[in-house]
Amino acid sequence: MATAEAPIIRVRDMVYYAEEPSVLDGAGFKPILDGISFQVYPGEVFGIMGMSGAGKTSILRLLMGLVPVGSGDIEVLGQSIVGMSEQQLNEVRMEMGMCFQYSALLDSLTVAENVAFTLRRRTELSNDEIKRKVAEHLEIVGMAGHEEKMPAELSGGMKKRVGIARALATNPQIMLYDEPSAGLDPIMASVIDELIVRLREEFQMTSVVVTHEVDELFAIADRIMMIYQGRVIASDSPVALRESENAYVQQFVQGQAEGPVTV
Amino acid sequence: MFTALGRQVIGFLTYFGETTTLQFGIWRALVGRRLEYRTSVRQLAEIGVNSLPIAVVTLLFSGMVIGYHMSVQAGKMGVSELVGWLVAETMCRELSPVLVAFVVVARAGSAMAAEIGSMKVTEQIDALRAMATDPIDYLVAPRYLACLVMVPLLVLIGDTMGVSGGYLMAVISPDINQTVFFDSIPGNLESWTVLAGIIKAAVFGVIIAIVGCHQGLTTRMATEEVGRATTRSVVYSIMLIYAANLILTTILYPG
Repeated sequence: MATAEAPIIRVRDMVYYAEEPSVLDGAGFKPILDGISFQVYPGEVFGIMGMSGAGKTSILRLLMGLVPVGSGDIEVLGQSIVGMSEQQLNEVRMEMGMCFQYSALLDSLTVAENVAFTLRRRTELSNDEIKRKVAEHLEIVGMAGHEEKMPAELSGGMKKRVGIARALATNPQIMLYDEPSAGLDPIMASVIDELIVRLREEFQMTSVVVTHEVDELFAIADRIMMIYQGRVIASDSPVALRESENAYVQQFVQGQAEGPVTV
Repeated sequence: MFTALGRQVIGFLTYFGETTTLQFGIWRALVGRRLEYRTSVRQLAEIGVNSLPIAVVTLLFSGMVIGYHMSVQAGKMGVSELVGWLVAETMCRELSPVLVAFVVVARAGSAMAAEIGSMKVTEQIDALRAMATDPIDYLVAPRYLACLVMVPLLVLIGDTMGVSGGYLMAVISPDINQTVFFDSIPGNLESWTVLAGIIKAAVFGVIIAIVGCHQGLTTRMATEEVGRATTRSVVYSIMLIYAANLILTTILYPG
């Protein structure tokens, strides 16, 4: 991790509402995320952890420009994406890949068509080149030979891996992972974790991983940010977080029912 | 009470604004040739082929019922030679466009809301946007185009089936001269009547696609919301078709 470099993602005082407050909602309308700031550096695996419903997935959706930010600024690859048109956002999205919690494969398309989707629509590559790239990316995630299967024929772990292959297809600089091991058995979860680390090592890919799986995140992340009730309560290396005296962090890391974090 | 009323007004304005924006987005996709051709061809086939059998049955039986009523009433008034024209006029002006539109609402409009709504709750719409693809180009514009083309085509087929249904009833009616049935149509039925029915059908097609796709795209993130969006798409489409039919009738047939 080279923190001396300029950050590839910079978020400043980000506020996010699940729905835009109307004039009728008054001052009591609470944001999901309130004043979030963080930076992610090139080649880093940056983890975001917090309880279910804390707004972790919303952060990824905001970074992708899928939902409008309430206030604050989000810079991706040196440019502010706040207020960008959909066309401008699409240019930025070509440099990013996102793996969704439930894979979000297009269920009317085969595995190969899913992986080829962006290549067909957004690049000038020939059919042969696209086929070669699809095969190459399915090989990376260990899904070669499943090209003609439909998403409904795949297990959860296979879907996740195809989702990763699809996100990798355009060789993005940044990968966003939403709960990469959710719903998977421990072995498959390890396979996905190893894949995330391998992508960083082999392709110097920057990753933002959102999860509430503490052990998983501590194993793969360079830095971890913890959010609680829409605010950042800690951000540090896994080692420092383990040793943190912050009662919120300790309760979450140790998975204790009793403590300052209320359900 | 004022807050509740305010929310209703804001809700209506939001709906109007969103559907208008969607319409602009669709035309940008169509004019900019950004729509997905493979999906468009599939939608043309699905909306046309899937709705055709129900449209044929609906219009055939409706034509038979109208033919029966017209035969009886025209017989009483001594104008049996006009039954063919009366059936054709009724079908082309009103029944065929409206009934075909309802068939397409039930068959395709609801399917659009359900399919796009399911894609919304399974994050497939977000995935499309994350892959730098506008869901309007990929999902909505093809369905819009398919409705715009196929509803008028189905209405033309419906006109034919309705008149055929009327003829079938005329065949079994002792009061109606079967050869006069068809002879009464060319001299009386104006081509504008058929064209006006086609224009209505195109507008109804637009309503079906916009309402169905908008409901799908604005489905909230819960599985049961897909069912609600589907029901809403049918109800809103039917209401808007009634209103549009009234407005179009006064515009297309002035005085």
